[in-house]
Amino acid sequence: MTAKAGIEAVFRAEYGRAVAVLVRFLGDIDLAEEAVQDAFATAVRKWPETGIPPSPAGWIITTARNRAVDRLRRESTREARHAEAAQLYAPDAPPEEGPVRDDRLRLIFTCCHPALATQAQVALTLRLLGGLTTPQIARAFLVPEPTMAQRLVRAKAKIRDARIPYRVPRDADLPERVRGVLAVVYLIFNEGYGGREDLCAEAVRLGRVLAELMPDEPEVLGLLALMLLIEARRPARETSDGDLVLLADQDRRRWDRDLIAEGQSLVRRCLRRNQPGPYQIQAAINAVHSDAATAADTDWGQILALYDQLMVRAPSPVVALNRAVAVAETEGPRTGLTLVDALDLAGYHAFHAVRADLLRRLGRPTEAVAAYEAAIALTENPAERAHLERRRTELQVE
Amino acid sequence: MKHYLLSVMQPVGEPPEPEVLEGIMRDLDVFHAELKAAGAWVFAGGLHGPETATVLRADKGDVLITDGPYTESKEYLGGICLIKAPDLDAALEWGRKATLATTLPIEVRPFMGEAEG
Repeated sequence: MTAKAGIEAVFRAEYGRAVAVLVRFLGDIDLAEEAVQDAFATAVRKWPETGIPPSPAGWIITTARNRAVDRLRRESTREARHAEAAQLYAPDAPPEEGPVRDDRLRLIFTCCHPALATQAQVALTLRLLGGLTTPQIARAFLVPEPTMAQRLVRAKAKIRDARIPYRVPRDADLPERVRGVLAVVYLIFNEGYGGREDLCAEAVRLGRVLAELMPDEPEVLGLLALMLLIEARRPARETSDGDLVLLADQDRRRWDRDLIAEGQSLVRRCLRRNQPGPYQIQAAINAVHSDAATAADTDWGQILALYDQLMVRAPSPVVALNRAVAVAETEGPRTGLTLVDALDLAGYHAFHAVRADLLRRLGRPTEAVAAYEAAIALTENPAERAHLERRRTELQVE
Repeated sequence: MKHYLLSVMQPVGEPPEPEVLEGIMRDLDVFHAELKAAGAWVFAGGLHGPETATVLRADKGDVLITDGPYTESKEYLGGICLIKAPDLDAALEWGRKATLATTLPIEVRPFMGEAEG
């Protein structure tokens, strides 16, 4: 590995950990980011000559710490800021840096604090834990760069001024706070699903970090499994022209077998725990799909049973829509359509796309075309729109 | 420690029925007693309505006095509770109890600087 590629790899893998340790050491997020960026800049200068040190993460953290101390000593104007910043010190900060009390866990809970707006939680998580730059995050969310910069500055100011603590929540609050963290990571994944692959990769990476830090939280494993199993289908999801390929029509030989194996093994681990939750159930549904060699082999009965479970634990009209699709497969499109028509989802493109497909299968082309048109009007994703337009045209030709 | 202001956001209109109000006052007393027992209490109190408000404005050295609240709105500050807490999580825990007791939305805001103790 060249030094440049090496630094890039260390940056991706260790940026979040380094920032997390430095936030605890310095008690201030901005100072921590500056120090870690300084350390990586030093690495870029030195490593091509000296080679990559045996413990790159340790080197970065030590260098960042020394840099920060030097800087604080040198710049007297910073002293006031430092004194003020000392507020962020975690009251129960232990000195050890083991996997159990990893500083990254504190940082994750601080970034995903419910007192911050969801958009700010997402931006902070990508910035501080993912090491993405402000322009990268702005591009990913189609927001002007100054807007994103402002969002990050405000969020960090609120953390400091309102004194959002830098610690893992107490046990009583933990389940709810973990749900908040998982929601942020899944939101990042879903943004990426719409086309920006780098966000999917980042979400999976964050999911792996969470699974490493909270191996006893079944929903954490469930979310990672869910993302891996969906990500595994990416190579088969689009034609070379960028047209969407539905699950039923995908060339399953193109699925990523390694990701599927990893996702399925996580699902089995969750099953042994027997503490089901919404992410685990959705992962299990995707595991059933990935078990089928062809679409016709899909065990729809098991999928329907899982959707029934999901409707008990996390009922929503969208889950009901997906359940209706499973019903259409087990009991026929007519029963499925009755369930779909009862849903109040007229503003959701997938509702019309599912209706269109069921109407087509029931031999009602005029109504199907109208439903495709409603779906097309509501779809923003170009690949999905191209797919729906093709389906509509096929019906009109017939 | 830090000071936080819990503001009770009261909608304009008739107050609740007396028997409902009585329950709320009882819950508030319990909340205040809990604050005191925990050493988090600084000050709390309810405010008269916005129709009792008077506004003063400095104008080139003169002071202009006018009747009425500073802004007309659908909600007004119904009462405040000033607390001491180590961080936002602790303050939000008190805010949670405050909204349950008053049945009204509570806005939590940090004061600048440090509180003693």
